[in-house]
Amino acid sequence: MISFLVNGVPREVDADPETPLLYVLRNDLGLMGARFGCGLGLCGACFVHVDGVAVPSCDTPIWSLAGKSVVTVEGLTPHPVQQAFLDEQAAQCGYCVTGIVMSAAALLDREPHPDERRVAEALDRHLCRCGSQQRMVRAIVKAGRDG
Amino acid sequence: MAEPRNDPSAHPRHGSPAPADPSAEPRTDPSAEPRTKTSAESRTDLPKDLAANPILSRWIRVQPDGVIDVQVGKVELGQGIVTALAQIAADELGVGMDAVRMVPAGPGGPDEGMTAGSMSIMDSGSALRVAAANVRALFEAAAGTADFSYAEWADRVDLNVCALADVPLRSEAVLVGQDVARLDLPDKIFGRPRYIQDMRLPGQLFGRVVRPPSRGARLLSVTGDLADGVSVVRDGSFLGLVGADEARVVRCAESFRRGSRWAEHDSLPDEKELDKFLRAGPHETIEVIDDAAETHGGDRLVRATYSRPFVAHASMAPSCGVAVWRGPAEVDVWSHSQGVFPLGRAIAAALGLDPAGVRVEHAESAGCYGHNAADDAAFDAVLLARAVPGTPVQVLWSRQDELSWAPFGSAMTADVAATLSADGRLTSWHYDVYSQGHTARPGYAGGVPGLLAATFLKEPADYPAAVDPSAASGYGGTRNALPGYDLPRRRITGHRLTESPIRSSAMRALGAYLNVFAIECFMDEAAEHAGRDPLEFRLAHLSDPRGRRVLTAAAEAAGWGSPQPEGVGLGLGYARYKGRGGYCAVVAEVEAESEVRLRRLTIAVDVGRVVNPDGVRNQIEGGALQSASWTLVERVRFDRRQVTSDTWETYPILRFSQVPRVDVTVLDGGGEKSVGAGEAAQGPTAAAIGNGLAAAIGVRVRDLPLTSEAVITAIERDN
Ligand code: FES
Ligand code: FES
Repeated sequence: MISFLVNGVPREVDADPETPLLYVLRNDLGLMGARFGCGLGLCGACFVHVDGVAVPSCDTPIWSLAGKSVVTVEGLTPHPVQQAFLDEQAAQCGYCVTGIVMSAAALLDREPHPDERRVAEALDRHLCRCGSQQRMVRAIVKAGRDG
Repeated sequence: MAEPRNDPSAHPRHGSPAPADPSAEPRTDPSAEPRTKTSAESRTDLPKDLAANPILSRWIRVQPDGVIDVQVGKVELGQGIVTALAQIAADELGVGMDAVRMVPAGPGGPDEGMTAGSMSIMDSGSALRVAAANVRALFEAAAGTADFSYAEWADRVDLNVCALADVPLRSEAVLVGQDVARLDLPDKIFGRPRYIQDMRLPGQLFGRVVRPPSRGARLLSVTGDLADGVSVVRDGSFLGLVGADEARVVRCAESFRRGSRWAEHDSLPDEKELDKFLRAGPHETIEVIDDAAETHGGDRLVRATYSRPFVAHASMAPSCGVAVWRGPAEVDVWSHSQGVFPLGRAIAAALGLDPAGVRVEHAESAGCYGHNAADDAAFDAVLLARAVPGTPVQVLWSRQDELSWAPFGSAMTADVAATLSADGRLTSWHYDVYSQGHTARPGYAGGVPGLLAATFLKEPADYPAAVDPSAASGYGGTRNALPGYDLPRRRITGHRLTESPIRSSAMRALGAYLNVFAIECFMDEAAEHAGRDPLEFRLAHLSDPRGRRVLTAAAEAAGWGSPQPEGVGLGLGYARYKGRGGYCAVVAEVEAESEVRLRRLTIAVDVGRVVNPDGVRNQIEGGALQSASWTLVERVRFDRRQVTSDTWETYPILRFSQVPRVDVTVLDGGGEKSVGAGEAAQGPTAAAIGNGLAAAIGVRVRDLPLTSEAVITAIERDN
């Protein structure tokens, strides 16, 4: 049994300690906002916050989370970055978006008014195959400006 | 259990394996009442997709509460088509967006074949518009007034009737032409369950397939650690695992992958010799045009060869399928296929089932850019579900399988040889393009299933090399091989490989990507030989006013002709997609110092009447950036036995820090018919980058991708 907070709620998870957090979120806790893209920490689709830092949930084994605080996109919603994404229609298929929203929110926490270059650097672990990057960067800069 | 949609009541058939709405059962034509004696004749005047599915209730069903369910046969692939079609339907019905509820494509709705080739707005849009006009006319007639409420008359108007062609269309556009926000984005941005990967049907099991290590491998023996509650499914060389705990199934699949022994052999060509491989044949010859066999004697001959490697779809989500085996000849399937009806028929063919027993409904996934592994994953789910009758099974591919087993966009190579007169005009144009076929979709090549797992079963299905779409569908390898310029003495020929160990199929723009790259790079090379400016040279050979307009608009917006700093170049690319679709011109600003860097893309398009301007901009931006990624960094890698580029490290795509600024101008297409935008920008973008690079460094790189290594190879060649 491993205990940690998920979106502020204490959870006891009874699964193999090696189980990646992503499966626990999606299958045991019904939180579908973190998406599976690669399972190797290389695409960013599954990002969540662990103690405020954006990390891939696909290669985070749950044993490493004991006593920590996990926030998923569901715990963040509604976030100004999401509204900015809607305003800019900053997505096509949207599959990469929730992970990017997590990294963007963490960035804005650290650095409330980033410029385009800083945003692009901060999102370099995220892939978007649809080519919506420009709109996303614009949306995040705008969320920082308005926030 | 989470529902796959945020509001289960909005999609009553989704999230439940049983069709909850009996009215959504397929209907056959005879059950529909002909409205007039002439309906059979007037059907021929209906838009193509409506003529094929003339019963109104297949398209539109009005619920007693006034909500209007609209169901089309085209599917959301991340391109925003469902929103654009909702705008068209709402306008014609005379209601707001809120009154319309878009139902995913499936058995109760119209069969519109594939969502492909940028045809959805044209085909589905025109059909839906006439269907909606018919519905409105029926309600108006019943109510006896144009001022009626759909809710009030829902019970009294029978939509199980055939559409008529001569119903007047509304001339006034309220929603069409507006930047209506995408209907599906809130779910996706807020992280609600929406994708097929999020489906959790009651009792659903998770499945994984253990793919062979290489093409043509046969399974000899298999062992592995079987965890509690996980079972093995094997049929010939098809090997899969099913169980209730997904993480456990994944671990078992990995253990079985390591524990299985396969008979393998080398079957792949040398990745460094693709040009030779493509030229070796055997080929089918496709004659596109031949107006003069002889080149123009006396003029200066210019020739060049351009190529691209195999390219992967590389969608952000691995493919997924869900199936429930309901009975001996009955299976329900959910898939992100581009064509749920053809997929159903292919599954039936592969398993010898009656097609009526295979019901496939569309469910959204991540972006789809052509024939990826969606259909394969659906069939995998069927095979695993067959082993656990009555229980839903969801299969998800691994990233590695997605990058190595899904079909690729074919490698291609093209030779251009043209003559140039003393006054700088092209006087003949010979073009030969070598490629694998560009479609191996379910049911292609005389009806073979075209499903990966079918080739590994005890009785394996045939999987012949990919074929090409017909000339009427815009060709495959020779798509856009015919330049849009005014050229005399053209001989344009395609050479399609009829045998290949590499699986290729449709990927955005098909052959147009390389053909436009080749033609447009060559235009620059010819202009240079003629001592003329690339823009002026193009305009001198282009009489089509819409083409001239996009070229001039893009050039103007990009500051064409203004001096560039050292190491920076501007390049142009232009094409009309398929010769009859959207016009697109691109100017690329490329910097080449220690590496090739794309700084900016300036784009002008004309896609006729625009339903959703921001939707068009979004599609063009996305298409251009994806093309920039193919052009700058992408290449499928393999050794003589297997694909080796199977992770994001070995198959890199463009990253945020490499993405250029993109500016898109959508020109008013006025009264011209709407055409698609999703595939217009790929070829012109590639060419603009190639030309911009040549302008920046003074060296012509003709082999894609335009990496630093390719630049070095080109410099060495020139020396
Ligand atoms: S799924 Fe976790 S980084 Fe790709
Ligand atoms: S919007 Fe489709 S992958 Fe980013």
